[in-house]
Amino acid sequence: MTASEQLNNFSQPPENLTVEQAIANLQHEELGRRYYAAWWLGRFRVCEPAAVDALLVALEDKSDRTEDGGYPLRRNAARALGKLGDRRAVGGLIQCLDCSDYYVREAAAQALEMLGDSSSIPALVKLLEGGVEAAQQVPGKPHLVQPYDAVIEALGTMGAMEATSQIQPFTEHPVARVRCAALRALYQLTGDNTYGERLTQVLQSNELQLRRTVLMDLGAIGYMKAAKAIAETLAENSLKLIALQGILEHHLKQTDSMSVSEEAIEVMNLMDSLL
Amino acid sequence: MTPSELIHAVEQADSAESLLEAVKMLAETHSPEAIPSLITVLGYNNPGAAVAAVDGLIAIGEPAVQPLLEQLDGYNYGARAWAIRALSSIGDPRGLNVLLEAAGGDFALSVRRAAARGLGNIHWQQMNAQEVPEAQIQAINTLLQASLDPEWIVRYAAIVGLQGLAKEMKNLQCEYFDQIIHRLEEMINTDETLAVQARAKFAQSCLVQ
Repeated sequence: MTASEQLNNFSQPPENLTVEQAIANLQHEELGRRYYAAWWLGRFRVCEPAAVDALLVALEDKSDRTEDGGYPLRRNAARALGKLGDRRAVGGLIQCLDCSDYYVREAAAQALEMLGDSSSIPALVKLLEGGVEAAQQVPGKPHLVQPYDAVIEALGTMGAMEATSQIQPFTEHPVARVRCAALRALYQLTGDNTYGERLTQVLQSNELQLRRTVLMDLGAIGYMKAAKAIAETLAENSLKLIALQGILEHHLKQTDSMSVSEEAIEVMNLMDSLL
Repeated sequence: MTPSELIHAVEQADSAESLLEAVKMLAETHSPEAIPSLITVLGYNNPGAAVAAVDGLIAIGEPAVQPLLEQLDGYNYGARAWAIRALSSIGDPRGLNVLLEAAGGDFALSVRRAAARGLGNIHWQQMNAQEVPEAQIQAINTLLQASLDPEWIVRYAAIVGLQGLAKEMKNLQCEYFDQIIHRLEEMINTDETLAVQARAKFAQSCLVQ
């Protein structure tokens, strides 16, 4: 069972907050309450202007710090703002791309991808500066210098054609996850099947975690040619079904959505077999 | 290798890959002797091996039904989902009550979706003919309820189940057939998930020809 499935199964809020309480709790004297309130507002997609305002304040929080200088509340506030869909958050999130905390930068890049506002493209491209040579592991940390995969995925989703040449070299990055992000984005930007095919081949990887990641990538870009390989890879049926849903819906949106084409039927037959 | 040698190999497997290989070979024997081992593998949290074990149990078919029903794991939802998948594919009516219960009320969505699909695949001709009409009505009602599930994949599976059932009863119980068609029409027009709408459309086009 996947993490998202578990969330779906056990999504009862452990604390019965009201919207007003959650917004107020972002200023609560207990830091844990602030952190939880930020998550809660995103989880229940509270799109009210007052919630967005309070989360924007939380993006600049200085009180909640980890031992090594991270900003947990900022991370959660950024994640929540991505889910709320209010473009007033774009400026604040762009500023977060300069934050000293890697995880704030990562959360901000993912949130900007969700908001899909192209004014953030230059700030995202800036994080790719120095190219693959600069994209090294930070000594003693489980991450690279920048959240390259999140940045590249955001650029792909936003259709940032101008970033194509900067993304290209990342298809050879030593970290598989980064290579996948680059292949995925380049497919979105160029429509070139070569990238889709290389991504599909990752389904043969020996690493379950990588197969799971690439399933989500193929679903996100709606790569129809991968449908059969997705159904056959060794991973949880739940993840395969989500990936095939992505492919089916991408196809339906591109074609006259409700005419049931041969390709759509083929994907649905695969989905039926995985139930 | 004989089935008992292969069972031994499954028990001795010391890595995910060697387990997968051993289970695949055991599953291919289609031997009833393999049933307990294949069911045990469903609880190992190894999706590759579980797929192979389910395939093996489906191929064995009827002799696997009673052991599956007896060993349904109430505490391990992963194992339960695989077991329900096997029962759903075999289609033996002895599994009907378990599928009705699982489709309607299991807390794990992977179990609800597998059971919903299975309700459309019951081999009714293996059931006492007098019991069939009432059992089918129960299955329809459970699937109509599942078609309102909060999870899109369970609603999707409910459509697959309804399509299977409707095909079986096309000439038998007209009012229920009409009710299914009506519910599909509703889902085409109002379901919030595009994939579910499309599956309902496909089911409708298969049933109304």
